[in-house]
Amino acid sequence: MASVTSVGEVAAGAGAAEAPGAVAPGRSDRWYPARRALEAAIAPLGALLVAAALFSVFLLALGKSPVEFSMVIWRGAFGSLFSLQNTLARAAPLLLTALCVAVPAQLGLVVIGGEGALVLGGLAATCAGLAASSLPPSLALLAMALAGTAAGAAWIGLTGVLRVWRGINETVASLVLAYVAIALFNHLVEGPLRDPASLNKPSTYAIPDKDILGPLPGTDLHPGLLVGVAACILCWVLISRTTLGFAARIAGGNLRAARLQGLPVGALMIGACALGGAFAGLAGMIEVAAIHQRANASLIAGYGYAGILIAFLARQNPLAIMPMAILVGGIGAAGGLLQRRLGLPDATVLVLQGFVFVSVLASETFFGRVAWFQPRAAGGR
Amino acid sequence: MDALSTVLVAMVAGAIRVSTPFLFVSIGECLTETGGRINLGNEGALVLGAMAAYACAYQTGNPWLGVLAGAAAGAALGAIHGAACALPRVNDVAMGIAVMLAGTGIAFFFGKPYVQPSAPHLPTLPLGLWSASPQVRSALEVSPLFFLGLLAALAMWWALRATRAGLRLRIVGDNADAARALGLPINWTRFLATAIGSGLAGIGGAFLSLSYPGSWNEGLSSGQGLMAVALVVFARWNPLWCIVAALIFGAAGALGPSLQTVGVTWGYYLFYAAPYVATLLILVATVRPGRALRGMPGELSIAR
Amino acid sequence: MGGFVGPTRRRVLEGGLGASAFALGLGTGARNAQAKELTIGFIYVGPKDDYGYNQAHAEGAASLKSLPGVSITEEERVPETDACEKTMQSMIELDGAPLLFPTSFGYFDPYMLRMARKYPKVQFRHCGGLWTEKDPTNAGSYFGYIGQAQYLSGIIAAHTTKTKKLGFIAAKPIPQVLINVNSFALGARSVDPSVTTRVLFTGDWSMPVKEAEATNSLADEGVDVVTCHVDGPKVVIQTAEGRGIYTCGYHVNQAPLAPKGYLTGAEWNWATVYQMFVRKALAGETLPNFVRGGLAEGFVRTSPYGPAVGEAARSHADSVKAEMMKGGFSVFKGPLMDNKGGQVIAAGTAYPETAIQLESMNYLVEGVNGALS
Repeated sequence: MASVTSVGEVAAGAGAAEAPGAVAPGRSDRWYPARRALEAAIAPLGALLVAAALFSVFLLALGKSPVEFSMVIWRGAFGSLFSLQNTLARAAPLLLTALCVAVPAQLGLVVIGGEGALVLGGLAATCAGLAASSLPPSLALLAMALAGTAAGAAWIGLTGVLRVWRGINETVASLVLAYVAIALFNHLVEGPLRDPASLNKPSTYAIPDKDILGPLPGTDLHPGLLVGVAACILCWVLISRTTLGFAARIAGGNLRAARLQGLPVGALMIGACALGGAFAGLAGMIEVAAIHQRANASLIAGYGYAGILIAFLARQNPLAIMPMAILVGGIGAAGGLLQRRLGLPDATVLVLQGFVFVSVLASETFFGRVAWFQPRAAGGR
Repeated sequence: MDALSTVLVAMVAGAIRVSTPFLFVSIGECLTETGGRINLGNEGALVLGAMAAYACAYQTGNPWLGVLAGAAAGAALGAIHGAACALPRVNDVAMGIAVMLAGTGIAFFFGKPYVQPSAPHLPTLPLGLWSASPQVRSALEVSPLFFLGLLAALAMWWALRATRAGLRLRIVGDNADAARALGLPINWTRFLATAIGSGLAGIGGAFLSLSYPGSWNEGLSSGQGLMAVALVVFARWNPLWCIVAALIFGAAGALGPSLQTVGVTWGYYLFYAAPYVATLLILVATVRPGRALRGMPGELSIAR
Repeated sequence: MGGFVGPTRRRVLEGGLGASAFALGLGTGARNAQAKELTIGFIYVGPKDDYGYNQAHAEGAASLKSLPGVSITEEERVPETDACEKTMQSMIELDGAPLLFPTSFGYFDPYMLRMARKYPKVQFRHCGGLWTEKDPTNAGSYFGYIGQAQYLSGIIAAHTTKTKKLGFIAAKPIPQVLINVNSFALGARSVDPSVTTRVLFTGDWSMPVKEAEATNSLADEGVDVVTCHVDGPKVVIQTAEGRGIYTCGYHVNQAPLAPKGYLTGAEWNWATVYQMFVRKALAGETLPNFVRGGLAEGFVRTSPYGPAVGEAARSHADSVKAEMMKGGFSVFKGPLMDNKGGQVIAAGTAYPETAIQLESMNYLVEGVNGALS
């Protein structure tokens, strides 16, 4: 799995000024970090261009103009204040569900069950909100957040436990658990937890109005965006700047070496899964508190699966998750306008996203292959 | 034939009907995974295959041509996945999800004009002629694709065990170093396995749109392609067990309405979840840390 | 991002008697400030050509294209999450639409209500929602009493059945669906009290495999007339035709799918409603907040009779239909027993379709085999 820093980077610390084009013997490569960052940006950008080119061919074959298409995408995703907010609002839950994949990925785990954690987190948060309805809003929201994160952490943490205790592959386990979670959610929402008044759209009771997370002043956006951004930054700090994160990355790189070093690999795995699940559960809580006010089938919106792709696009880097989520959110936001202005079916957005994802994921192969981007050997040729 | 027996027969027939797509997708995924690659994109292959089959059957009037078209569409999608994953460092789990998105999107996009029209259905084999009851007779109209699926599973099982091609595939999937030492073309083998596997998934999709439920719309698939991954684990990468797994998962899906007929109406969501819980329980009971899941190809990216 | 999860939608019949209405504010969007064209926005939860619920609305919307000075903008497959808010906002901000029709039940609360509060000059009319006086006055709801048409379908079905067993495939046991199931069963029993109706619930509005399974289950049981209340009846109708049993349609006319077995159907006629709203808007009149209607008002209609419908059935159904057109016909009247032996409507009480008690229906009438949970 990709990691944020590398040994080479650490080694390329001190160095004297570099003569143009030449590497004097014994000097370290101080431009390496910059080149590495450039490599991380160029490859996906190049892939985006390729995807755009292929998609343009697709459009031309259908008799639609790619130029018009791009203009509508721009207009729908970023071109007006409304569109920009639409994009950001769509990106908000994706930030958290992408973390659900990226955090365990530091340990080399591929967890794809964020959808299940999100819906169970939303349900738990709703129940907490109902139980805490007599408390002041800040306490009630805190209770909801705790319940949501706990439920999500428990569900993905279970995946981690199965992996550590039984060696069951976490990809399969989390996928299966996601299906179980959704079935359980539907059963509870339409059965024991159902609000009898919600006759025609089975839902739980609604949380009290005072506890609704309102929009940020002056905008249409709810605080979920800020929570997501804060979570991404927090994760980046945790992964790249703390000992715990370092230990996790070592374990992710080489399990045997980590065990030999005495690192608590099992605990790290379960902890990473739980943390990832906590974020997904928190996303569910925010969806309920800010948007739906109750738990029902609207919560099952595919954010968990979208998060998987964003995490991979971002190469599991929490900071890169932010622009990737905005990209995906933007394409999705433009979908409606594409339908109305160009008469294209909404599936067009799916096709575009598919082209983009396949290209960017395939571009992963270029990392480490173009010599210019690689660390130069200190000590001359 | 009394009422209870009729219901039982109906349940069996329903299980057969609903499990046919599972059967195809699971043996397709099994083939791909035996070669050492996981393909989550088979859901996209299923949907794309369903759409292509329906469109082709509608345009040509021949449902069997539609099945071929479905297989071809699925194989094409699988080829994309295979080619992309052959590049070093590309993660096949993520690529599979991306391919699934692309395939589903293309299917919905081109399938729009086909939601309304009715394509000719695949013929069914009347297996109930022995019964005097018209209900039993019409319940036991089984699609030939089910038997094709059984045959394919048997053929795959035999081929994997007893032919050189099958052995090569297994080596490539189990131990890449050994394969290289033997000079086997790893990427090409996996590419073929992926494409064929997705082609089988496409046939599963063709069954959905041309036989049962026999209609194309965007809600046709209930995620059978993704579930196939769990199915293959359940079946321990053995095509014969895939048949059993498909019947179990299919039966769970089919039983809801039948059980309502006999008065069991509570908790139909839990029925849906039962096979997954069963898969998990089986995994918990039989897997141990350190010892890989018996039968799991060693080169699968998820085998660690 | 969609594509993984099936769309969900709901519709409902709602009670209450709305009173006030609000004038339509024109020229709220930059785009239409100069143009005299009225842009009407339609939002569908599924595809427009699903041979079912959404198609019924799309056909109603299409009927507006012929009106001068009107342009429609439509978006389909909009899920019932805040995505529909964004769609509404997009239509208002980028298309300048002053009148929106979100057509799926789940769009109403809280999404459409929030938008209505945010854009007081834009009119929102929701299909099936529970608008009350407490809600914003620029919002409103409309719906049709399709249960009447289902009653007529039941009459035809009972005349045509040979096994005396009818089948009803329903999505979820919510009041609007139960009204349809019960109306169908009551219509059938008014012909012959020994006719039974088996109801099977698939669990969601669009589940093609389960719907096909349910149809087969019913056919295996000996049912020979089937109808349904799901979003896209295409699968049910086609599967039933394949099994050689009769069908009654729902939402739109599915006769082309079942040339031999289609008897009749309960259809929406949304063109009536949409044209009413739009004509008022063009004339600058205030739009009513609470609009309901049945057969007599032209909100719903029955499909033409299929070839298998006999003379006796036709004349019986036609005479009942004529009574309904006069108004005051009650499908639900006492004494009425439910299928568990209890009495749900006392003798001497009759509920016309507008009765508010019907919207919290939570029983299946006598003669229906099935349970709510």
